[in-house]
Amino acid sequence: MTSSTTATLRPAAGQAANVQLKYRSQAVAKPYFMAAIGLFVGQIIFGLVMGLQYVIGDFLFPEIPFNVARMVHTNLLIVWLLFGFMGAGYYLIPEESERELHSPKLAMIAFWVFLVAGALTIVGYLAVPYATLARITGNDFLPTMGREFLEQPTITKAGIVVVALTFLYNLSMTVLKGRKTTISMVMMLGLWGLAIFFLFSFYNPHNLVLDKYFWWWVVHLWVEGVWELIMGAMLAFVLVKVTGVDREVVEKWLYVIIAMTLITGIIGTGHHYFWIGTPGYWQVFGSAFSALEPIPFFMMTMFAFNMVNKRRREHPNKAAVLWALGTGVMSFLGAGVWGFLHTLAPVNYLTHGTQITASHGHMAFYGAYAMVVITMISYAMPLLRGREANSNRSQVVEMWSFWLMTIAMVFITLFLTAAGILQVWMQRMGDHPLSFMATQDQLSFFYWLREAAGVVFFAGLLLYIVSFFVRGDARD
Amino acid sequence: MSTRFTKSTARNIFYGGAVFFFLLFVALTFDTVQALPKRDNRANLTEQVVRGKKLWETNNCIGCHTLLGEGAYFAPELGNVYQRRGPDFIKAWIKAQPTGVPGRRQMPNFHLTDSQLDDLVAFLKYSSEINTNHWPPNIEG
Repeated sequence: MTSSTTATLRPAAGQAANVQLKYRSQAVAKPYFMAAIGLFVGQIIFGLVMGLQYVIGDFLFPEIPFNVARMVHTNLLIVWLLFGFMGAGYYLIPEESERELHSPKLAMIAFWVFLVAGALTIVGYLAVPYATLARITGNDFLPTMGREFLEQPTITKAGIVVVALTFLYNLSMTVLKGRKTTISMVMMLGLWGLAIFFLFSFYNPHNLVLDKYFWWWVVHLWVEGVWELIMGAMLAFVLVKVTGVDREVVEKWLYVIIAMTLITGIIGTGHHYFWIGTPGYWQVFGSAFSALEPIPFFMMTMFAFNMVNKRRREHPNKAAVLWALGTGVMSFLGAGVWGFLHTLAPVNYLTHGTQITASHGHMAFYGAYAMVVITMISYAMPLLRGREANSNRSQVVEMWSFWLMTIAMVFITLFLTAAGILQVWMQRMGDHPLSFMATQDQLSFFYWLREAAGVVFFAGLLLYIVSFFVRGDARD
Repeated sequence: MSTRFTKSTARNIFYGGAVFFFLLFVALTFDTVQALPKRDNRANLTEQVVRGKKLWETNNCIGCHTLLGEGAYFAPELGNVYQRRGPDFIKAWIKAQPTGVPGRRQMPNFHLTDSQLDDLVAFLKYSSEINTNHWPPNIEG
């Protein structure tokens, strides 16, 4: 991994420069993408463990209690997406700015720091009880642990800030000294927003309502705010490259999409403020604005299809085009449709905190963020490996992996939705509601089906990795 | 999109919209923070509750349970567990874990002292008295 990177960075060392890369320093993206895929595998393995624990409650107990598996599952997701965003940043910012990255060396140091810190955190989750981890990492000095998705020890959070700052410094210097495009500006805005809103993870008041209120400033303003800017910029970059459509057109779309994202999504945060102690008017604001949140995602779908239909070239990387179209459709379904499903306050009153929420979370994260990162990897990785596109055989395998993972995710979502509807019906409606655990027992059939779909997803992911090793004949 | 709708128009809508709605969000946040003292049960936010919240966090309870509907969906909602089960049951239950019933979902034993159990129950009592606009729909959570 490092040897090939350094070889690409220093062609004088004996190996020819990668002719596919416009700027040699783009090569630092490669280890970021490889780490992202590796962590993705870990995420899915722990997802399968949790899926089994839903039906065989004592599976791997006490070695890996459910809460530990869930922390690993969700934290690996966040970290691999961050690796993907960073890799995308290191790849596309030099190309957009038309100059070499400010400091490829700093990018590699940040890579290793982030990977080691991330790995140590995961080992910490698995090796010791969480309370012990909190004690040995000095949580008492600044207690930030133990909140959903922000379970990382405070020192890990500080490490994330340091890595993010070096990354932003590196990219900002590159942008400032080079050409400024809409894509690079939107990407940078999204990434800076990501770092700034993460700072709210250090605010953990004793007051539970305030705690929850500002916790959403990290979680919601990330995934339904600034991450969509990053997603839009990444998608726009790939579409410019693979379709050859005039940049002016692509960039106009990008602005309209992200305008709608923030116009609907910022006040849309209110859909989390229905039942946590906040005033009742949030039911009106939250319902109205978040009901509009599907619009930017629908535009994302139209954007991808429009650009591909108007393409001025036939890019040999068909797989990347497929992922780009796929992320448009699946983000609309997962984030847009499945989000709308339970976002109106009277509906959410019944569905809040059930498997409906879980179903939405799965398809939204896969459709919007996992798939856009894979879109970027699918486009950039062949170039980073010195060819415009992979062989036909390799692309066929990759497209199979696309369909396996995507269809499996549709079924995971449908089974969880079915479980969620029944849960709401049995536990919250009617005159004789069942208890939580009695309800869960009734749902096990759907949890088994979800686990089966999860196994198919995992097979698709393994096939995706296989596609990197399928050689086949060179295309030209 | 039509040619009259230019990229700079789109850009202006983006920046204008983002700034306007973020400022509106900040204003609503300000109003919410002003309104919270009447809703968030801060009068009962004692030292014991603060200790209980920290125990809640450092044992990663949110990794299986929901609290006011947020968290994991593997184990029961605890925002109203104080009303559903009462303080004595909660403490006895936590002490009795894991049940070890084959095939059942298992909760680890966190080896909490009696005073820690009291802290945790105080936190759950405080949480249960927050004005949540009548959520959850019934006692089962």
